[in-house]
Amino acid sequence: MALHPFIAELIARGPVLTDGAWGTELQRRGLAAEELPDAWNLNRPGEVEQVARAYVEAGSQVILTNTFRSNRIAVGERHTPREVANLNAAGVAISRRAAEGKALVFASIGPSGKLLLTGDVTEAQLSEAFSEQAQALADGGADALVIETMSDLGEARLAVAAAKATGLAVVACMVFDSGKQRDRTMMGATPEQAAEALAEAGADVVGANCGNGIAGYVPVCERLSHAGLPVWIKPNAGLPEMVEGRVVFRSSPEEFASHIQGLIQAGAAFIGGCCGTNPDYLRAARRILDLGPSPPCA
Amino acid sequence: MADLEGLYEAILTGDAKAAVALTEQALAEKTDPQTLIHKSMIPAMNEAGQRYECEEYFVPELLLAARAMKGSLELIRPLLVASGASTAGRVVIGTVKGDLHDIGKNLVGSMLEGGGFDVIDLGADVPADKFVATVQEKQAQLVCMSALLTVTMPSMKTTIDALAAAGLREKVKVLVGGAPVTAEYASEIGADGFAENASTAVAAARRLLAAG
Repeated sequence: MALHPFIAELIARGPVLTDGAWGTELQRRGLAAEELPDAWNLNRPGEVEQVARAYVEAGSQVILTNTFRSNRIAVGERHTPREVANLNAAGVAISRRAAEGKALVFASIGPSGKLLLTGDVTEAQLSEAFSEQAQALADGGADALVIETMSDLGEARLAVAAAKATGLAVVACMVFDSGKQRDRTMMGATPEQAAEALAEAGADVVGANCGNGIAGYVPVCERLSHAGLPVWIKPNAGLPEMVEGRVVFRSSPEEFASHIQGLIQAGAAFIGGCCGTNPDYLRAARRILDLGPSPPCA
Repeated sequence: MADLEGLYEAILTGDAKAAVALTEQALAEKTDPQTLIHKSMIPAMNEAGQRYECEEYFVPELLLAARAMKGSLELIRPLLVASGASTAGRVVIGTVKGDLHDIGKNLVGSMLEGGGFDVIDLGADVPADKFVATVQEKQAQLVCMSALLTVTMPSMKTTIDALAAAGLREKVKVLVGGAPVTAEYASEIGADGFAENASTAVAAARRLLAAG
């Protein structure tokens, strides 16, 4: 399979550090549970930019955008199509400002929150929503598009097709958190099946994000690489737990970083974090990446 | 002679059309509805749940089985009502206040319907007083709450407290679930039960109502 030239150039000098979580970082800055995080792109752009800037300063070479839910199905009735387009454009502009040319901006597209299988949404509705969002992000000046946190390959494929139509490079990643080994999507797809289906749909990079923490994503990474495309990995800092009424993520930055070498060996081309990770985790990962490949065992 | 084996297979494999046709045929032959339920339908759903636990089934297969079950049950339910037999129980289900995620909640709702429960779905972002009012009005025996976000988990406790304040806590069981929810959290907030997934939710619901 021919590598997308933009992606090929980007990963030519080794694994690329992406960014960490946005949602949990915005919550730390006062985002309330019932608020749409993406609405802060228009209401509190300064705070959103702080999150993005912190990742650039931590050494991220690729940062995402606060546009995960900015499609008309996920935002529901709360915003008009015009507002949705504005959320996307503002999201790209904020990340672009924070990057200051030191990082690339890969714009985020999340799931619709509805299931095709139950008939709560149709393929045509999904395609329309994803096309609208992908185009708004591309028009806003994104360098590439990232489809993330998908549970259903059917929905992910529609998103990939919509994203590809913009002409930008497309990363597509699923959540593997089901089954006893936590190596299946909610719908039961294995990493091999997912990588193959996403590649066939036109993805330039395939991957895994969110999930149950970084350790389990090392073998998932290796299995995703079988499709022959670069692999993108952004795990959680473990699963959130409630301790005395407070949300705690169990993996420390050091523990998180201790698996980075494993991910590199498993073939990861892009490495970052998802829920619960913050700039400390990315700094720790940056240190490992800067060491270069580990020497072969004696 | 009713094709009990065929109905079992149709539900287990999620073939709703066949399940409905076989149920109609069996009822036309005057088969006792209770026989269909206990010899074909419930065993089929139990097997589907077992296959889910063993990773032979995933969400799609489980959901299709539940839908086939529901198709059959809709034919049978009027006969059960006429004969005075009740449903497995009346359930009020919703995603708690502040949380818009409804996929998991919908799956649990479908599985409970497949399990013979009468399910009242309040949707997502459901305030505590809505749960309370519905329990009161519909005389529900079980409240199922879902949360996907750690920040909305406390809304479960708010709802349980509101049920207590309305004097309903002794009359209704509370079952909670959702990705970040754990058994420890469930007991911490005073819920009666916790279910890790849609399949175990049905068994947990039956257990809670049987315990009275």
